[in-house]
Amino acid sequence: MAGIDARFRLGWDGFSLDVDLGLPGRGVTVFFGPSGSGKTTVLRCIAGLERAAEGRLVVDGAVWQDARHWLPVHKRPIGYVFQEASLLAHLSVIGNLRYGMRRSGCGGVVSLDHVIALLGIGHLLDRRPGRLSGGERQRVAIARALAVGPRLLLMDEPLAALDVKRKQEILPYLERLRDTLDIPVLYVSHSSDEVARLADYLVVMEEGRVRATGPLAETLARLDLPVRLRRDAGAIIAATVGAVDAAWHLARLDFRGGSLWTRDQGLPVGHRLRVHILARDVSLAERPAPSSIQNVLRGTIDAIGDDEHPGLALVRVRVGEALLLARLTRRAVAALGVGVGREMWVQVKSVALVE
Amino acid sequence: MLLTESDLQAIGLTVRLASTVTLILLILGTPIAWWLARTKSWWKGPIAAVVALPLVLPPSVLGFYLLLAMGPNGPVGRLTAILGIAPLAFTFRGLVVASVFYSLPFMVQPLQTAFAAVGTRPLEVAATLRASPWDAFFTVAVPLAAPGFLTAAILTFAHTVGEFGVVLMIGGNLPGVTRVASVQIYDHVEALAYDDAHRLAAALMIFSFLVLLVLYAWPSRRNPAP
Repeated sequence: MAGIDARFRLGWDGFSLDVDLGLPGRGVTVFFGPSGSGKTTVLRCIAGLERAAEGRLVVDGAVWQDARHWLPVHKRPIGYVFQEASLLAHLSVIGNLRYGMRRSGCGGVVSLDHVIALLGIGHLLDRRPGRLSGGERQRVAIARALAVGPRLLLMDEPLAALDVKRKQEILPYLERLRDTLDIPVLYVSHSSDEVARLADYLVVMEEGRVRATGPLAETLARLDLPVRLRRDAGAIIAATVGAVDAAWHLARLDFRGGSLWTRDQGLPVGHRLRVHILARDVSLAERPAPSSIQNVLRGTIDAIGDDEHPGLALVRVRVGEALLLARLTRRAVAALGVGVGREMWVQVKSVALVE
Repeated sequence: MLLTESDLQAIGLTVRLASTVTLILLILGTPIAWWLARTKSWWKGPIAAVVALPLVLPPSVLGFYLLLAMGPNGPVGRLTAILGIAPLAFTFRGLVVASVFYSLPFMVQPLQTAFAAVGTRPLEVAATLRASPWDAFFTVAVPLAAPGFLTAAILTFAHTVGEFGVVLMIGGNLPGVTRVASVQIYDHVEALAYDDAHRLAAALMIFSFLVLLVLYAWPSRRNPAP
Protein backbone atom coordinates (compact mmCIF):
# COMPACT_ATOMS: atom_id res chain seq x y z
CA MET A 1 0.00 0.00 0.00
CA ALA A 2 1.53 3.29 -1.04
CA GLY A 3 1.49 6.13 1.42
CA ILE A 4 2.55 6.84 4.96
CA ASP A 5 0.79 5.60 8.07
CA ALA A 6 2.03 7.33 11.17
CA ARG A 7 0.81 7.07 14.72
CA PHE A 8 2.82 8.65 17.50
CA ARG A 9 2.14 9.31 21.12
CA LEU A 10 4.67 10.89 23.43
CA GLY A 11 4.78 13.27 26.35
CA TRP A 12 7.34 15.63 27.79
CA ASP A 13 7.07 18.33 30.42
CA GLY A 14 4.15 20.47 29.40
CA PHE A 15 3.82 18.96 25.94
CA SER A 16 2.06 15.92 24.64
CA LEU A 17 1.79 14.63 21.11
CA ASP A 18 -0.92 12.30 19.94
CA VAL A 19 -1.36 11.93 16.20
CA ASP A 20 -2.69 9.29 13.86
CA LEU A 21 -2.12 10.15 10.22
CA GLY A 22 -2.61 8.59 6.84
CA LEU A 23 -0.65 10.62 4.32
CA PRO A 24 -0.53 10.37 0.54
CA GLY A 25 2.43 8.64 -1.07
CA ARG A 26 3.08 11.52 -3.43
CA GLY A 27 2.97 15.29 -3.60
CA VAL A 28 3.76 17.86 -0.94
CA THR A 29 2.10 17.46 2.45
CA VAL A 30 2.45 20.57 4.57
CA PHE A 31 2.24 20.36 8.35
CA PHE A 32 0.79 23.72 9.27
CA GLY A 33 0.34 25.21 12.71
CA PRO A 34 1.71 27.67 15.24
CA SER A 35 5.06 27.04 16.87
CA GLY A 36 4.81 24.53 19.67
CA SER A 37 2.00 22.65 17.93
CA GLY A 38 4.16 19.56 17.50
CA LYS A 39 4.67 19.60 13.74
CA THR A 40 8.46 19.45 13.96
CA THR A 41 8.20 16.64 16.51
CA VAL A 42 6.06 14.61 14.11
CA LEU A 43 8.65 15.11 11.39
CA ARG A 44 11.48 14.09 13.74
CA CYS A 45 9.54 10.99 14.74
CA ILE A 46 9.13 10.06 11.07
CA ALA A 47 12.86 10.58 10.51
CA GLY A 48 13.70 8.53 13.59
CA LEU A 49 15.47 11.46 15.27
CA GLU A 50 12.88 11.23 18.03
CA ARG A 51 11.50 7.99 19.35
CA ALA A 52 7.90 8.15 20.46
CA ALA A 53 7.20 5.85 23.39
CA GLU A 54 4.18 4.59 21.51
CA GLY A 55 4.43 4.66 17.78
CA ARG A 56 3.79 2.92 14.54
CA LEU A 57 5.18 4.06 11.23
CA VAL A 58 4.66 2.32 7.93
CA VAL A 59 6.06 3.88 4.77
CA ASP A 60 5.17 2.34 1.43
CA GLY A 61 4.34 -0.92 3.15
CA ALA A 62 7.63 -1.12 5.08
CA VAL A 63 7.46 -1.00 8.88
CA TRP A 64 9.90 1.58 10.22
CA GLN A 65 8.59 1.54 13.76
CA ASP A 66 6.18 -0.47 15.84
CA ALA A 67 6.25 -2.24 19.19
CA ARG A 68 8.92 -4.66 17.97
CA HIS A 69 10.68 -2.83 15.14
CA TRP A 70 12.86 0.21 15.12
CA LEU A 71 14.71 1.28 12.03
CA PRO A 72 17.58 3.58 13.04
CA VAL A 73 17.81 6.96 11.33
CA HIS A 74 20.78 6.07 9.17
CA LYS A 75 18.94 3.12 7.67
CA ARG A 76 15.80 5.08 6.70
CA PRO A 77 15.70 6.07 3.02
CA ILE A 78 14.96 9.70 3.77
CA GLY A 79 16.32 13.11 2.95
CA TYR A 80 16.08 15.66 5.75
CA VAL A 81 16.40 19.43 5.56
CA PHE A 82 16.77 21.11 8.94
CA GLN A 83 15.36 24.49 9.83
CA GLU A 84 18.63 26.32 10.26
CA ALA A 85 21.93 25.95 8.50
CA SER A 86 23.09 22.45 9.19
CA LEU A 87 25.94 22.03 6.74
CA LEU A 88 28.93 20.13 8.07
CA ALA A 89 31.35 22.96 8.74
CA HIS A 90 34.51 20.92 8.17
CA LEU A 91 33.53 19.98 4.63
CA SER A 92 33.19 22.05 1.47
CA VAL A 93 29.88 22.26 -0.36
CA ILE A 94 30.79 19.36 -2.63
CA GLY A 95 32.10 17.47 0.42
CA ASN A 96 28.71 17.91 2.07
CA LEU A 97 26.93 16.67 -1.05
CA ARG A 98 29.18 13.62 -1.34
CA TYR A 99 29.03 12.73 2.35
CA GLY A 100 25.54 11.30 2.13
CA MET A 101 25.76 10.27 -1.48
CA ARG A 102 28.71 7.95 -0.87
CA ARG A 103 27.04 6.32 2.13
CA SER A 104 23.69 5.83 0.46
CA GLY A 105 25.41 4.01 -2.37
CA CYS A 106 23.26 5.77 -4.91
CA GLY A 107 25.94 7.63 -6.82
CA GLY A 108 24.50 6.27 -10.03
CA VAL A 109 20.82 6.57 -9.19
CA VAL A 110 20.71 10.29 -8.60
CA SER A 111 22.70 12.45 -10.88
CA LEU A 112 24.69 14.84 -8.76
CA ASP A 113 24.93 17.21 -11.70
CA HIS A 114 21.17 17.21 -11.99
CA VAL A 115 20.72 18.06 -8.30
CA ILE A 116 23.36 20.78 -8.50
CA ALA A 117 21.65 22.29 -11.53
CA LEU A 118 18.20 22.02 -9.96
CA LEU A 119 19.28 24.08 -6.95
CA GLY A 120 21.62 26.36 -8.88
CA ILE A 121 24.68 25.80 -6.70
CA GLY A 122 27.24 24.90 -9.36
CA HIS A 123 29.37 27.98 -8.62
CA LEU A 124 29.57 27.24 -4.89
CA LEU A 125 30.98 23.71 -4.86
CA ASP A 126 34.44 24.48 -3.52
CA ARG A 127 33.31 26.94 -0.87
CA ARG A 128 33.18 26.30 2.86
CA PRO A 129 29.74 26.59 4.49
CA GLY A 130 30.97 29.56 6.52
CA ARG A 131 31.37 31.55 3.33
CA LEU A 132 27.85 31.08 2.00
CA SER A 133 24.81 33.31 2.47
CA GLY A 134 21.81 31.94 4.39
CA GLY A 135 19.88 31.28 1.20
CA GLU A 136 22.81 29.53 -0.46
CA ARG A 137 23.33 27.36 2.60
CA GLN A 138 19.73 26.22 2.58
CA ARG A 139 19.90 25.44 -1.14
CA VAL A 140 22.98 23.31 -0.52
CA ALA A 141 21.19 21.59 2.38
CA ILE A 142 18.27 20.77 0.08
CA ALA A 143 20.62 19.50 -2.63
CA ARG A 144 22.43 17.38 -0.06
CA ALA A 145 19.15 15.81 1.08
CA LEU A 146 18.26 15.01 -2.53
CA ALA A 147 21.69 13.61 -3.35
CA VAL A 148 21.11 10.56 -1.16
CA GLY A 149 18.29 9.53 -3.49
CA PRO A 150 15.61 9.57 -0.78
CA ARG A 151 12.29 7.80 -1.07
CA LEU A 152 10.80 10.36 1.29
CA LEU A 153 11.86 13.99 1.64
CA LEU A 154 11.38 15.67 5.04
CA MET A 155 11.73 19.44 5.32
CA ASP A 156 11.51 21.22 8.66
CA GLU A 157 10.71 24.89 8.01
CA PRO A 158 13.56 25.18 5.54
CA LEU A 159 12.82 28.86 4.96
CA ALA A 160 12.02 29.98 8.51
CA ALA A 161 15.50 31.26 9.27
CA LEU A 162 15.65 33.36 6.11
CA ASP A 163 14.51 36.90 5.40
CA VAL A 164 11.78 37.64 2.86
CA LYS A 165 14.23 38.20 0.03
CA ARG A 166 16.00 34.88 0.59
CA LYS A 167 12.63 33.13 0.84
CA GLN A 168 11.61 34.50 -2.53
CA GLU A 169 14.96 33.27 -3.81
CA ILE A 170 14.36 29.68 -2.70
CA LEU A 171 10.61 29.23 -3.23
CA PRO A 172 10.92 28.84 -7.00
CA TYR A 173 13.41 26.01 -6.44
CA LEU A 174 10.96 24.30 -4.10
CA GLU A 175 8.17 24.67 -6.64
CA ARG A 176 10.41 23.15 -9.25
CA LEU A 177 11.12 20.27 -6.87
CA ARG A 178 7.42 19.71 -6.30
CA ASP A 179 6.82 19.54 -10.01
CA THR A 180 9.78 17.29 -10.89
CA LEU A 181 10.13 14.89 -7.95
CA ASP A 182 7.93 11.86 -7.77
CA ILE A 183 8.64 11.13 -4.10
CA PRO A 184 6.43 12.34 -1.27
CA VAL A 185 7.57 15.48 0.51
CA LEU A 186 6.59 16.25 4.11
CA TYR A 187 7.06 19.93 4.77
CA VAL A 188 6.70 21.69 8.12
CA SER A 189 5.71 25.35 7.98
CA HIS A 190 3.91 28.06 9.86
CA SER A 191 3.85 30.32 6.82
CA SER A 192 0.58 30.58 4.93
CA ASP A 193 2.55 31.74 1.91
CA GLU A 194 4.37 28.42 1.72
CA VAL A 195 1.13 26.52 2.24
CA ALA A 196 -0.56 28.39 -0.60
CA ARG A 197 2.35 27.88 -2.96
CA LEU A 198 3.56 24.41 -2.16
CA ALA A 199 0.96 22.25 -0.47
CA ASP A 200 -1.00 19.53 -2.21
CA TYR A 201 -2.17 18.10 1.05
CA LEU A 202 -2.55 19.84 4.37
CA VAL A 203 -2.24 18.70 7.98
CA VAL A 204 -3.31 21.38 10.43
CA MET A 205 -1.83 20.93 13.89
CA GLU A 206 -2.52 22.53 17.23
CA GLU A 207 -1.18 21.66 20.68
CA GLY A 208 0.14 18.27 19.69
CA ARG A 209 -3.08 17.18 17.97
CA VAL A 210 -4.21 17.09 14.35
CA ARG A 211 -7.05 19.56 13.86
CA ALA A 212 -7.71 18.87 10.20
CA THR A 213 -6.22 16.95 7.34
CA GLY A 214 -7.02 16.58 3.66
CA PRO A 215 -6.29 17.88 0.16
CA LEU A 216 -5.39 21.58 0.24
CA ALA A 217 -8.44 23.06 -1.50
CA GLU A 218 -10.90 20.96 0.49
CA THR A 219 -9.24 21.65 3.80
CA LEU A 220 -9.08 25.38 3.17
CA ALA A 221 -12.76 25.36 2.23
CA ARG A 222 -13.86 23.69 5.43
CA LEU A 223 -16.33 25.91 7.20
CA ASP A 224 -16.06 24.30 10.62
CA LEU A 225 -12.38 25.06 10.69
CA PRO A 226 -11.50 27.90 8.41
CA VAL A 227 -7.74 27.79 8.02
CA ARG A 228 -6.78 31.39 7.65
CA LEU A 229 -4.08 32.04 5.15
CA ARG A 230 -2.86 35.63 5.20
CA ARG A 231 -5.18 36.21 8.14
CA ASP A 232 -8.33 35.67 6.11
CA ALA A 233 -10.53 32.86 4.92
CA GLY A 234 -10.23 32.04 1.25
CA ALA A 235 -9.86 29.37 -1.36
CA ILE A 236 -6.87 28.19 -3.37
CA ILE A 237 -7.47 27.09 -6.96
CA ALA A 238 -5.04 25.56 -9.41
CA ALA A 239 -5.26 27.24 -12.80
CA THR A 240 -3.54 27.59 -16.15
CA VAL A 241 -3.02 30.75 -18.16
CA GLY A 242 -5.45 30.11 -21.04
CA ALA A 243 -5.23 33.31 -23.03
CA VAL A 244 -3.84 36.82 -22.93
CA ASP A 245 -5.84 39.83 -24.06
CA ALA A 246 -3.11 42.23 -25.06
CA ALA A 247 -5.50 45.07 -25.86
CA TRP A 248 -6.90 45.21 -22.33
CA HIS A 249 -3.80 43.88 -20.56
CA LEU A 250 -5.73 40.98 -19.13
CA ALA A 251 -4.97 37.27 -18.77
CA ARG A 252 -7.49 34.47 -18.63
CA LEU A 253 -6.94 31.83 -15.98
CA ASP A 254 -8.67 28.54 -16.67
CA PHE A 255 -9.57 26.13 -13.90
CA ARG A 256 -11.76 23.06 -13.69
CA GLY A 257 -15.09 24.79 -13.52
CA GLY A 258 -14.59 28.02 -15.38
CA SER A 259 -12.20 30.84 -15.99
CA LEU A 260 -11.29 34.16 -14.44
CA TRP A 261 -9.85 37.30 -15.95
CA THR A 262 -7.10 39.05 -14.13
CA ARG A 263 -4.40 41.63 -14.79
CA ASP A 264 -1.83 40.34 -17.25
CA GLN A 265 1.37 39.89 -15.32
CA GLY A 266 3.40 38.68 -18.23
CA LEU A 267 2.96 34.97 -17.63
CA PRO A 268 2.99 32.88 -20.83
CA VAL A 269 -0.03 30.95 -22.05
CA GLY A 270 0.08 27.42 -20.63
CA HIS A 271 1.80 28.49 -17.42
CA ARG A 272 0.39 26.70 -14.39
CA LEU A 273 -0.15 28.59 -11.19
CA ARG A 274 -2.28 28.85 -8.09
CA VAL A 275 -4.67 31.63 -7.30
CA HIS A 276 -5.91 32.71 -3.90
CA ILE A 277 -9.48 34.03 -3.76
CA LEU A 278 -10.41 35.61 -0.45
CA ALA A 279 -13.91 35.11 0.90
CA ARG A 280 -14.41 38.86 1.26
CA ASP A 281 -13.81 39.33 -2.48
CA VAL A 282 -16.59 36.93 -3.47
CA SER A 283 -20.28 37.92 -3.62
CA LEU A 284 -23.41 36.09 -4.74
CA ALA A 285 -26.25 37.22 -7.02
CA GLU A 286 -29.58 35.80 -8.10
CA ARG A 287 -29.11 36.72 -11.74
CA PRO A 288 -26.22 38.19 -13.73
CA ALA A 289 -26.49 41.93 -13.99
CA PRO A 290 -24.29 44.57 -15.57
CA SER A 291 -21.63 45.23 -13.00
CA SER A 292 -18.06 46.40 -12.69
CA ILE A 293 -17.27 42.90 -11.52
CA GLN A 294 -16.44 41.05 -14.73
CA ASN A 295 -15.72 37.62 -13.29
CA VAL A 296 -19.08 35.95 -12.90
CA LEU A 297 -19.35 32.18 -12.54
CA ARG A 298 -22.25 29.78 -12.15
CA GLY A 299 -22.08 27.82 -8.90
CA THR A 300 -24.03 25.72 -6.44
CA ILE A 301 -24.29 26.57 -2.75
CA ASP A 302 -22.50 23.76 -0.96
CA ALA A 303 -22.64 24.77 2.70
CA ILE A 304 -23.25 27.74 4.96
CA GLY A 305 -21.28 28.26 8.14
CA ASP A 306 -20.59 30.78 10.87
CA ASP A 307 -17.95 33.41 10.45
CA GLU A 308 -15.95 35.31 13.01
CA HIS A 309 -18.77 37.79 13.65
CA PRO A 310 -22.43 36.88 14.40
CA GLY A 311 -23.55 39.23 11.61
CA LEU A 312 -21.50 37.38 9.00
CA ALA A 313 -21.71 34.00 7.30
CA LEU A 314 -19.21 32.00 5.26
CA VAL A 315 -20.84 30.40 2.25
CA ARG A 316 -19.11 27.63 0.32
CA VAL A 317 -19.92 27.48 -3.38
CA ARG A 318 -19.01 24.72 -5.77
CA VAL A 319 -17.97 25.94 -9.21
CA GLY A 320 -17.21 22.92 -11.36
CA GLU A 321 -14.58 21.06 -9.35
CA ALA A 322 -13.47 24.10 -7.44
CA LEU A 323 -14.71 25.30 -4.07
CA LEU A 324 -14.95 29.02 -3.36
CA LEU A 325 -15.72 30.76 -0.09
CA ALA A 326 -17.89 33.87 0.04
CA ARG A 327 -18.37 36.13 3.01
CA LEU A 328 -21.90 37.55 3.25
CA THR A 329 -23.86 39.26 5.95
CA ARG A 330 -26.46 37.10 7.63
CA ARG A 331 -29.07 39.59 6.39
CA ALA A 332 -27.96 39.09 2.79
CA VAL A 333 -28.18 35.31 3.21
CA ALA A 334 -31.77 35.69 4.41
CA ALA A 335 -32.78 38.36 1.87
CA LEU A 336 -31.42 36.45 -1.14
CA GLY A 337 -32.65 33.12 0.11
CA VAL A 338 -29.22 31.57 -0.06
CA GLY A 339 -29.69 27.88 0.72
CA VAL A 340 -27.70 24.71 0.25
CA GLY A 341 -28.25 23.19 -3.19
CA ARG A 342 -29.35 26.42 -4.83
CA GLU A 343 -27.63 27.59 -8.02
CA MET A 344 -26.44 31.19 -7.97
CA TRP A 345 -24.10 33.55 -9.76
CA VAL A 346 -20.74 34.00 -8.11
CA GLN A 347 -19.03 37.36 -8.54
CA VAL A 348 -15.29 37.40 -7.97
CA LYS A 349 -13.94 40.85 -7.40
CA SER A 350 -10.27 40.11 -7.00
CA VAL A 351 -7.87 37.26 -7.61
CA ALA A 352 -4.40 37.02 -6.13
CA LEU A 353 -1.79 35.03 -7.98
CA VAL A 354 0.16 32.90 -5.55
CA GLU A 355 3.48 33.50 -7.24
CA MET B 1 76.28 25.38 28.96
CA LEU B 2 75.74 21.78 27.80
CA LEU B 3 73.44 19.42 29.65
CA THR B 4 75.12 16.41 31.20
CA GLU B 5 74.53 12.93 29.94
CA SER B 6 72.30 12.09 32.88
CA ASP B 7 70.33 15.27 32.22
CA LEU B 8 69.77 14.16 28.63
CA GLN B 9 68.78 10.74 29.84
CA ALA B 10 66.25 12.28 32.20
CA ILE B 11 64.87 14.47 29.43
CA GLY B 12 64.60 11.47 27.08
CA LEU B 13 62.74 9.55 29.76
CA THR B 14 60.43 12.47 30.38
CA VAL B 15 59.53 12.78 26.71
CA ARG B 16 58.94 9.03 26.49
CA LEU B 17 56.69 9.13 29.55
CA ALA B 18 54.71 12.16 28.40
CA SER B 19 54.20 10.75 24.88
CA THR B 20 53.05 7.39 26.19
CA VAL B 21 50.66 8.97 28.67
CA THR B 22 49.25 11.34 26.05
CA LEU B 23 48.65 8.47 23.65
CA ILE B 24 46.96 6.31 26.29
CA LEU B 25 44.83 9.20 27.48
CA LEU B 26 43.72 10.03 23.94
CA ILE B 27 42.30 6.53 23.79
CA LEU B 28 40.90 6.42 27.35
CA GLY B 29 39.88 10.04 27.72
CA THR B 30 37.96 10.40 24.45
CA PRO B 31 35.11 8.02 25.34
CA ILE B 32 34.90 9.47 28.86
CA ALA B 33 34.74 13.02 27.49
CA TRP B 34 32.19 11.97 24.86
CA TRP B 35 30.01 10.36 27.48
CA LEU B 36 30.27 13.34 29.83
CA ALA B 37 29.43 15.76 27.01
CA ARG B 38 26.29 13.93 25.93
CA THR B 39 24.86 12.00 28.85
CA LYS B 40 21.84 13.09 30.87
CA SER B 41 22.55 10.37 33.42
CA TRP B 42 22.56 11.02 37.13
CA TRP B 43 26.12 9.66 37.14
CA LYS B 44 27.46 12.59 35.14
CA GLY B 45 28.15 14.71 38.24
CA PRO B 46 29.98 12.08 40.31
CA ILE B 47 32.05 10.87 37.34
CA ALA B 48 33.00 14.43 36.37
CA ALA B 49 34.05 15.08 39.97
CA VAL B 50 36.24 11.98 40.08
CA VAL B 51 37.87 12.94 36.78
CA ALA B 52 38.62 16.41 38.17
CA LEU B 53 40.05 15.16 41.49
CA PRO B 54 43.71 15.26 40.41
CA LEU B 55 43.28 19.00 39.78
CA VAL B 56 42.85 19.69 43.49
CA LEU B 57 44.48 16.72 45.26
CA PRO B 58 48.05 17.08 46.42
CA PRO B 59 50.07 14.78 44.14
CA SER B 60 51.39 13.05 47.25
CA VAL B 61 47.86 11.94 48.18
CA LEU B 62 47.27 10.43 44.76
CA GLY B 63 50.75 8.92 44.74
CA PHE B 64 50.26 7.47 48.21
CA TYR B 65 47.05 5.65 47.28
CA LEU B 66 48.47 4.44 43.98
CA LEU B 67 51.55 3.17 45.79
CA LEU B 68 49.35 1.24 48.23
CA ALA B 69 47.28 -0.16 45.35
CA MET B 70 50.39 -1.25 43.45
CA GLY B 71 52.11 -2.66 46.51
CA PRO B 72 52.25 -6.43 47.12
CA ASN B 73 49.07 -6.27 49.28
CA GLY B 74 47.16 -3.76 47.15
CA PRO B 75 44.51 -4.82 44.60
CA VAL B 76 46.66 -3.86 41.62
CA GLY B 77 49.69 -5.55 43.13
CA ARG B 78 47.76 -8.78 43.68
CA LEU B 79 46.36 -8.64 40.17
CA THR B 80 49.81 -8.24 38.64
CA ALA B 81 51.05 -11.10 40.81
CA ILE B 82 48.21 -13.36 39.62
CA LEU B 83 48.87 -12.40 36.01
CA GLY B 84 52.57 -13.09 36.52
CA ILE B 85 53.58 -9.51 35.73
CA ALA B 86 56.31 -7.77 37.71
CA PRO B 87 55.03 -5.29 40.33
CA LEU B 88 54.38 -1.81 38.94
CA ALA B 89 55.79 0.27 41.75
CA PHE B 90 59.22 1.77 41.04
CA THR B 91 59.02 0.90 37.32
CA PHE B 92 58.47 2.96 34.20
CA ARG B 93 55.13 1.23 33.61
CA GLY B 94 54.04 2.13 37.12
CA LEU B 95 54.95 5.70 36.35
CA VAL B 96 52.82 5.59 33.21
CA VAL B 97 49.82 4.24 35.12
CA ALA B 98 50.15 6.89 37.82
CA SER B 99 50.57 9.67 35.29
CA VAL B 100 47.49 8.55 33.39
CA PHE B 101 45.42 9.11 36.53
CA TYR B 102 47.19 12.34 37.35
CA SER B 103 46.78 13.89 33.90
CA LEU B 104 43.27 12.56 33.21
CA PRO B 105 41.42 15.89 33.67
CA PHE B 106 43.81 17.67 31.32
CA MET B 107 42.71 15.34 28.53
CA VAL B 108 39.04 14.92 29.42
CA GLN B 109 38.01 18.49 30.16
CA PRO B 110 39.10 20.20 26.90
CA LEU B 111 37.66 17.28 24.93
CA GLN B 112 34.38 17.45 26.82
CA THR B 113 34.13 21.18 26.12
CA ALA B 114 34.91 20.59 22.44
CA PHE B 115 32.34 17.80 22.07
CA ALA B 116 29.71 19.88 23.85
CA ALA B 117 30.42 22.75 21.46
CA VAL B 118 29.90 20.46 18.46
CA GLY B 119 26.41 19.73 19.78
CA THR B 120 23.96 17.12 18.60
CA ARG B 121 22.85 18.73 15.34
CA PRO B 122 25.85 17.72 13.16
CA LEU B 123 25.43 14.13 14.37
CA GLU B 124 21.74 14.18 13.52
CA VAL B 125 22.67 15.54 10.12
CA ALA B 126 25.18 12.74 9.64
CA ALA B 127 22.56 10.15 10.64
CA THR B 128 20.11 11.49 8.04
CA LEU B 129 22.97 11.17 5.54
CA ARG B 130 23.21 7.44 6.29
CA ALA B 131 26.20 7.56 8.68
CA SER B 132 26.06 5.00 11.49
CA PRO B 133 26.85 6.34 15.00
CA TRP B 134 30.49 5.16 14.82
CA ASP B 135 30.89 6.54 11.33
CA ALA B 136 29.40 9.87 12.42
CA PHE B 137 31.71 9.99 15.44
CA PHE B 138 34.88 9.61 13.40
CA THR B 139 33.86 11.58 10.32
CA VAL B 140 31.92 14.42 11.96
CA ALA B 141 32.44 14.72 15.73
CA VAL B 142 36.21 14.18 15.72
CA PRO B 143 37.01 16.57 12.84
CA LEU B 144 34.74 19.26 14.29
CA ALA B 145 36.35 18.79 17.71
CA ALA B 146 39.90 18.74 16.26
CA PRO B 147 41.02 21.96 17.99
CA GLY B 148 39.88 20.43 21.27
CA PHE B 149 41.99 17.35 20.60
CA LEU B 150 45.02 19.54 19.96
CA THR B 151 44.49 21.50 23.16
CA ALA B 152 43.92 18.35 25.20
CA ALA B 153 46.98 16.57 23.84
CA ILE B 154 49.28 19.53 24.38
CA LEU B 155 48.01 20.15 27.91
CA THR B 156 48.31 16.48 28.82
CA PHE B 157 51.82 16.24 27.46
CA ALA B 158 52.98 19.41 29.19
CA HIS B 159 51.34 18.50 32.46
CA THR B 160 52.95 15.07 32.47
CA VAL B 161 56.35 16.65 31.81
CA GLY B 162 55.77 18.91 34.81
CA GLU B 163 54.70 16.31 37.34
CA PHE B 164 56.89 15.65 40.31
CA GLY B 165 55.10 14.50 43.44
CA VAL B 166 53.42 11.46 41.97
CA VAL B 167 56.63 10.43 40.25
CA LEU B 168 58.55 10.59 43.46
CA MET B 169 55.95 8.54 45.33
CA ILE B 170 55.50 5.84 42.68
CA GLY B 171 58.72 5.80 40.75
CA GLY B 172 61.35 6.75 43.22
CA ASN B 173 64.49 8.01 41.64
CA LEU B 174 66.07 5.32 39.48
CA PRO B 175 68.34 6.69 36.73
CA GLY B 176 67.13 5.72 33.28
CA VAL B 177 63.99 4.07 34.71
CA THR B 178 62.01 6.60 36.66
CA ARG B 179 64.27 9.61 37.07
CA VAL B 180 62.48 12.18 34.89
CA ALA B 181 63.60 15.79 34.41
CA SER B 182 61.72 17.26 37.36
CA VAL B 183 63.23 14.69 39.71
CA GLN B 184 66.67 15.27 38.20
CA ILE B 185 66.40 18.96 39.08
CA TYR B 186 65.48 18.01 42.62
CA ASP B 187 68.58 15.80 42.75
CA HIS B 188 70.80 18.61 41.51
CA VAL B 189 69.44 20.93 44.17
CA GLU B 190 69.85 18.31 46.90
CA ALA B 191 73.48 17.92 45.82
CA LEU B 192 73.84 21.74 45.86
CA ALA B 193 74.76 21.57 42.15
CA TYR B 194 72.92 24.82 41.42
CA ASP B 195 74.54 25.34 38.01
CA ASP B 196 73.25 21.97 36.79
CA ALA B 197 69.84 22.66 38.31
CA HIS B 198 69.74 26.05 36.51
CA ARG B 199 70.41 24.57 33.11
CA LEU B 200 67.73 21.90 33.35
CA ALA B 201 65.26 24.21 35.05
CA ALA B 202 65.75 26.79 32.29
CA ALA B 203 65.22 24.12 29.66
CA LEU B 204 61.90 23.12 31.27
CA MET B 205 60.90 26.73 31.68
CA ILE B 206 61.47 27.48 27.99
CA PHE B 207 59.64 24.32 27.00
CA SER B 208 56.59 25.18 29.12
CA PHE B 209 56.51 28.73 27.82
CA LEU B 210 56.63 27.54 24.22
CA VAL B 211 53.80 25.08 24.84
CA LEU B 212 51.59 27.74 26.37
CA LEU B 213 52.54 30.15 23.60
CA VAL B 214 51.29 27.63 21.04
CA LEU B 215 48.05 27.18 23.00
CA TYR B 216 47.23 30.83 23.49
CA ALA B 217 48.62 32.40 20.33
CA TRP B 218 47.59 29.76 17.79
CA PRO B 219 45.73 31.54 15.03
CA SER B 220 42.00 30.85 14.54
CA ARG B 221 41.74 28.61 17.54
CA ARG B 222 38.17 27.77 18.38
CA ASN B 223 38.47 26.32 21.88
CA PRO B 224 40.27 28.38 24.48
CA ALA B 225 42.47 26.55 26.93
CA PRO B 226 40.63 25.72 30.15
